[in-house]
Amino acid sequence: MICVNEVSFGYPHRPLVFQSFNLVISPGETWAVIGPSGSGKSTLLLLLAGLLQPQAGLVTAKGTRLDRPRPRTSLILQDYGLLPWATVRENVALGLRIRRFYGPDGRHAPAGTRLSPLSMRMHVDHWLERLDIGSIAEEYPGHISGGQRQRTAIARALALEPDLLLMDEPFSALDAPTRENLQNLVVQLAAEASLTFVLVTHNIEEAAAIGTKILVLGVPPNSVADTISAPCAGNVGYRGSPAYQAICTCLRQRLELATASNAGSPQAPVFGSPNHPGGDGSTGDSRYESH
Amino acid sequence: MNRTERPARQRYVAPLLRLGALAALALLWQLASLALDTPVFPPPSRVLALFITELPGPLGWHFAASLWRVTASILLAIVTAAPVGLVLGQSKRLYEVTVPFISLLHPIPKVVLVPVILLVLGVGELPKIVIVATILFFQILVLVRDAAAAIQTELLTSVRSLGAGRRALLTFVYLPASLPAIFTAVRQSIGTAVAVLYVAELFATRLGLGYYIYLQGSTLFDYPRMYAGIVAMSMLGLGLAATVDLLERRLCRWQQTT
Repeated sequence: MICVNEVSFGYPHRPLVFQSFNLVISPGETWAVIGPSGSGKSTLLLLLAGLLQPQAGLVTAKGTRLDRPRPRTSLILQDYGLLPWATVRENVALGLRIRRFYGPDGRHAPAGTRLSPLSMRMHVDHWLERLDIGSIAEEYPGHISGGQRQRTAIARALALEPDLLLMDEPFSALDAPTRENLQNLVVQLAAEASLTFVLVTHNIEEAAAIGTKILVLGVPPNSVADTISAPCAGNVGYRGSPAYQAICTCLRQRLELATASNAGSPQAPVFGSPNHPGGDGSTGDSRYESH
Repeated sequence: MNRTERPARQRYVAPLLRLGALAALALLWQLASLALDTPVFPPPSRVLALFITELPGPLGWHFAASLWRVTASILLAIVTAAPVGLVLGQSKRLYEVTVPFISLLHPIPKVVLVPVILLVLGVGELPKIVIVATILFFQILVLVRDAAAAIQTELLTSVRSLGAGRRALLTFVYLPASLPAIFTAVRQSIGTAVAVLYVAELFATRLGLGYYIYLQGSTLFDYPRMYAGIVAMSMLGLGLAATVDLLERRLCRWQQTT
């Protein structure tokens, strides 16, 4: 799905954030990216979105080099990126309106997908109802709660029927019950649509609860992808399980280590797997794999 | 008091306060007129009676001419200044390069340009419209530029990720984001624009409130009619401000608090 190949990237007059960095994200995988502030989490997401270009190496999506945002990728940012002057309905419809604005040119919108105003309205109505924001469809973002804004941003992203969903700390400004509720909803929606899903977070519990693969970034430059596998993440009852607790503990240690040095770990543990305590067939044996 | 009563009450309070202020002004005017007892300062009752009788006649034509000029000036200023402001607001380098020029030109009282503009553009309608438009131009330019520059990078990134290129960003982000700035600029400049319109209408025209007021006051010495012209000019400013408020309420609904 996404291949980050020998990528080097840095902002002008600052040290490199990534140096010869490699990462492979397979279709349908749910990734959480975690790391200390300034480790390059958001930068990686923007590279995957095609909004930043690497200085060396390349990022490909389905074998095509990413030199601009691709129509089938949706991005949700921390502050939701909603237009303050547009209603919830207009915000949800924004991506579709942009596609209609350019037409199905294959660059801004997928080729061969022409939307009539009626089908667009029905599509928007579907996502408004699916995200339970139909009752506030005519409200402006400034007049609704943070959770409702996040639901609007999710509806806008999913209305484009993406195959890759990228989220940058989307739940950080929400209270705990709303956050958990939306985390579950997003995981469920991503699974329903077989989306490849990448979530950037600084929250250990969130990364552990959502990511079946977790990428830990350290102090830049990042050159080795330090990943942890947790195949059971996202399953019902996973939160609070011993495997989840073990992942949280491991992430805490990794982050402390990552903050201390960026040596990177050549080995990545798999939690919640048949080979790890708390996994389906606990054996007490921990397996490490290289990435 | 419950939540539904409050807005309804507020709706009536503001107009009543405005009417009260107008009544107080008329009373002061009446008292001053009685105290001074001079033809140069007629009582408001006489001026108002003349205003009402003259408005469907000659005063109405002068009012319409001034209204056309100031409306055309506002539109001319918007279509010239807003695009420049949008371009400068999107480019940090252009913004920085043009700051000294704008800072130098903006404070110049535009009324000093009246003779120059009349010399360059002649004596028709255009110079009068251009003179008033120059006042609004810099105000709109600066406010639109700052509004465009203040758009959060995250918002632009988010809309770009939806597939928006430069044209779509302009349509869906920059233009709506600059609307409140345009309304603010026009509202702030209406007073000065109407004042400069008076000066512009002193030259080479026989139509417009500026001409009417000057003719009645300085040539015919008909002070009640002169004051009726002044009231018409105030009404012009008031009407424009009310129109701007109404349009802003309609087009910038998101700014209204619940």
